[in-house]
Amino acid sequence: MALPLEFESLTEAISGMGVDENALISTLGKSQKEHRKLFRKASKSFFVEDEERAFEKCHDHFVRHLKLEFSRFNNAVVMWAMHPWERDARLVKKALKKGEEAYNLIVEVSCTRSAEDLLGARKAYHSLFDQSMEEDIASHVHGPHRKLLVGLVSAYRYEGNKVKDDSAKSEAKILAEAVASSGEEVVEKDEVVRILTTRSKLHLQHLYKHFNEIKGSDLLGGVSQSSLLNEALLCLLKPALYFSKILDASLNKDADKTTKKWLTRVFVTRADHSDEMNEIKEEYNNLFGETLAQRIQEKIKGNYRDFLLTLLSKSD
Amino acid sequence: MASLKVPSNVPLPEDDAEQLHKAFSGWGTNEKLIISILAHRNAAQRSLIRSVYAATYNEDLLKALDTELSSDFERAVMLWTLDPPERDAYLAKESTKMFTKNNWVLVEIACTRPALELIKVKQAYQARYKKSIEEDVAQHTSGDLRKLLLPLVSTFRYEGDDVNMMLARSEAKILHEKVSEKSYSDDDFIRILTTRSKAQLGATLNHYNNEYGNAINKNLKEESDDNDYMKLLRAVITCLTYPEKHFEKVLRLSINKMGTDEWGLTRVVTTRTEVDMERIKEEYQRRNSIPLDRAIAKDTSGDYEDMLVALLGHGDA
Repeated sequence: MALPLEFESLTEAISGMGVDENALISTLGKSQKEHRKLFRKASKSFFVEDEERAFEKCHDHFVRHLKLEFSRFNNAVVMWAMHPWERDARLVKKALKKGEEAYNLIVEVSCTRSAEDLLGARKAYHSLFDQSMEEDIASHVHGPHRKLLVGLVSAYRYEGNKVKDDSAKSEAKILAEAVASSGEEVVEKDEVVRILTTRSKLHLQHLYKHFNEIKGSDLLGGVSQSSLLNEALLCLLKPALYFSKILDASLNKDADKTTKKWLTRVFVTRADHSDEMNEIKEEYNNLFGETLAQRIQEKIKGNYRDFLLTLLSKSD
Repeated sequence: MASLKVPSNVPLPEDDAEQLHKAFSGWGTNEKLIISILAHRNAAQRSLIRSVYAATYNEDLLKALDTELSSDFERAVMLWTLDPPERDAYLAKESTKMFTKNNWVLVEIACTRPALELIKVKQAYQARYKKSIEEDVAQHTSGDLRKLLLPLVSTFRYEGDDVNMMLARSEAKILHEKVSEKSYSDDDFIRILTTRSKAQLGATLNHYNNEYGNAINKNLKEESDDNDYMKLLRAVITCLTYPEKHFEKVLRLSINKMGTDEWGLTRVVTTRTEVDMERIKEEYQRRNSIPLDRAIAKDTSGDYEDMLVALLGHGDA
């Protein structure tokens, strides 16, 4: 066995996202004790030589990294097998526990799911946690975002095709004024919260059009210092764009641990919705010049990659 | 317990539909026949009768009732005949309109219907009015009233019996603080009332009473500026904890022609007959020393009286 070549492919198999299980079996699995020792000595990023005691020990981050990367497929499968309502209820609970930096998950779940699916998640929440989603959020979120978050998860929006355009127009004006005025942060303004948390998505689309005409600028261009508010708008008005962006962020080589997890979440929670998935694929392609499938193929390894590609192909 | 009396041998919906159709035909209307049928059928049975009637006579039974009947009697029969979620949707819509504005109705619907029933009301509302009840309530209220009413209609309360006693103590403390500061529309105050489960709220308010010597409503009543918001706030608390007390009050005021809720009598009887009318009757007797059906008989007359009394479980099945 020509070791340097295998050393490369072995390193490759455990770097990046996912793990190349087959390569590991055929290289590491088949290797002799001495070859593994050579591998450990050569892999300064994974192992550190304890010269005094004459052995090569693992870097902590190597163990952690492997654990994480091996578990991606596991987590994806468990999440996939779960009922969508339980999935979403658990996502919200986790986000609440994690704190402010994870509240974007609550916005995502409450704004991109259908009315029935959000209601279902709230039912699951009762069953799993013996509380309602809104009471949990209301009692744990303090500060300017409480009204918005509680309102968003409490929504049971009309999903029919009737809309009053003049109403949308006058509310676009209200929104425009709220954005322009100083004083209270936009996300705390009652009228803003009312409109965003009760109106149907169709109504909001009409409002969006009128807002842009009135203001001469894009409502989705960031109207508030509150990233949660901006995100809510994006999720409600252009979910495919929102998902494409966060997928791209998760696939970026500089993505941190949390961001990388977005990949599994988006795929698993959206894969059953073929129409939406196709919109996401199209949007992604338009934005980034390659297909999601290509990107996954390049960047991900092993069972995790195959699982993602399978989910992706459900909407083909 | 329900007060509705249904005969042990219920006629087929086809027969009921035929009898009703007969009641409408010719000169005049046979109101007694209408009452004898409709006031003695439960929601499922009424729904069947409606379907059969529509299939047989090509007309919605409600339309026929609307044409043939009038004033209070018509309103009572119409509301009664509707499916409970549709009824609540209708009442909710009415209550948001300018001339029939009545926030008590929203409080009753949001606080005394079980959580899953409230979802059906929302679905019925969307189907009939092509908008959500939340957006209408939000749009037609403002300030403190909206702060209270919107979360009230939006919430999907946990309905289990689980109670966290530590939480009950800490939230009773918060409530008491806010009441002492007269911050009756404080965010936390409203949060507790509009999101906690009824069991949890019950425990919290019991603790409030034990710890601070008075039931919260007693403290709220001491507020000198007894405006609409305060009245509504007290109604919310009563509806969440002792609904029969709230309904007794609505009945008492309506029967005695006090206050502005003139349709209260019709509303309470038609919406509670199949739910907890027996409890409400007991409460009424306790509070007014006269049985409810007698009070109604004194205050109303004719077919309207007969309908209400029949729903209350008096008269023949």
